[in-house]
Amino acid sequence: MSVNVQYFARYRETLGLDGEQVEGNFPNIDALRLHLLAREGVWEVLGEQSLMCARNQELCQLAEPLQAGDEVAFFPTVTGG
Amino acid sequence: MAIRVQEAAFDPGAEVNALHAANVGVGAVVSFVGYVRDFNEGREVSGMFLEHYPGMTEKALGKITAEAQQRWPLLKLEVLHRVGSLEPGEPIVFVGVASAHRQAAFEACDFVMDYLKTRAPFWKKENTSAGPKWVEGRESDHAAAGRWTKP
Repeated sequence: MSVNVQYFARYRETLGLDGEQVEGNFPNIDALRLHLLAREGVWEVLGEQSLMCARNQELCQLAEPLQAGDEVAFFPTVTGG
Repeated sequence: MAIRVQEAAFDPGAEVNALHAANVGVGAVVSFVGYVRDFNEGREVSGMFLEHYPGMTEKALGKITAEAQQRWPLLKLEVLHRVGSLEPGEPIVFVGVASAHRQAAFEACDFVMDYLKTRAPFWKKENTSAGPKWVEGRESDHAAAGRWTKP
């Protein structure tokens, strides 16, 4: 399966990447996160406790199931307002 | 209900007046305006950049305003949030609520701000005297948002 992954704010800057297509077998968002975390180095930022995520532009938990073609986003705690 | 995400500056007074215009059933208007400060966490701030997640931002704000409408009898609700480069003293966010009576307007405005601060995908990066710095989320904001889910 392929998913469209987006990174925002401090994560986008740390990774030097705003988004990518990722191939693999990911039953849920946490499986995808662990796959990315295994790249090591700057990717360790995805191990932060305060990480937030969204699936198809809706906030969700890491246990959220994934389907091929989904848009997943990882970002630090939001700070608007 | 109106949701606007824009780079352009806005006039909070004009927004408040528009909430009452042409509706004499409105007995109460409550608004909140958030501004860029020139000081944060011990550092001078000369400006900031507001990043957001286009698409999700509008959806998240839509969800928050829909929930406020379900909880309180509102006549109008407007959320306006700026993105891009901002200078100290400029308004960042406006939430305005019109209802027949004040209680609903006060509570809905408070609720929308609490949820916006913890659920809408915006991120502030300040230009500080020590260089650019991403603003970190605050636990007190999450505690404030949690008030609305208690029985």
